[in-house]
Amino acid sequence: MNYLSRWQRPELATWAGFGRLSSLRDEIDRLFEAPLSELAHTTQLLSGWTPALDVFEDKDNLVVRVELPGMKREDIDVSLHDGTLSISGERKSDNKYEDAEVFRTERFFGRFQRSVSLPTPVASDKVKAQYTDGVLTITLPKTEEAKPKQIEVSVS
Amino acid sequence: MVQKETQPNTDHRKEQEFVTPEVNIFETKDGYVLEAEMPGVNKEGLEITLEGTEITIVGHRRHEPLSGTPLVRESPAADYRRVFELDPAIDTGNVSARMDQGVLTLTLPKSERVKPRKITVS
Repeated sequence: MNYLSRWQRPELATWAGFGRLSSLRDEIDRLFEAPLSELAHTTQLLSGWTPALDVFEDKDNLVVRVELPGMKREDIDVSLHDGTLSISGERKSDNKYEDAEVFRTERFFGRFQRSVSLPTPVASDKVKAQYTDGVLTITLPKTEEAKPKQIEVSVS
Repeated sequence: MVQKETQPNTDHRKEQEFVTPEVNIFETKDGYVLEAEMPGVNKEGLEITLEGTEITIVGHRRHEPLSGTPLVRESPAADYRRVFELDPAIDTGNVSARMDQGVLTLTLPKSERVKPRKITVS
């Protein structure tokens, strides 16, 4: 009888109870195994969530892209003020698996905030934001004055 | 589920080609749920392979590269890949996957014979 009550499934013995700790341990393992490019990612554990951000510039537009997987559109906030673009929001955890056994928790839930100081003036009334496949893309058309212009050289 | 995570063949050149998606793994009484973050991947770019007791998740980015000059570039361009070894209790014939805003949710049910069962005392 005693034997029955103390029996534990082997996989539980390995993983249960670790919860968040196991994620820290994984991160440490990854520190040693991961290529350098992944290390930037690892610091998230200490600083919260810093979603990856890209800024591209072409002749007519500035395009800002932020990786925000698993958000709701209404939880993303984009604002433009004094030439600074701010993207903030909160990723809420759905408590669907609250009473489940947790093996790994590497995903970050909570608030984030990123700001970019724009290198050229943009037409703030023409800014568009699109959220697809967990990626937010913001297109900021440059003002006419900021667009490069061809100046014709006349020969006299 | 995941008794251990299998390290893909550590060929250095290969390692650079993929990024490791972050995952959450839960066990419920019916099975396991795995969530993996793969921003930029949609249903069509997803490749899930079950081989024996090993599951390989690969996500190909479907976003066209941005045009112009990069001023800031933090997102990795590489595809995602991660391999897990499955608990033998998983009914591999009934694994299902869903992709929503860059998050993959894999549902891995346990086969009926290992599910906890209520025994009725008559």
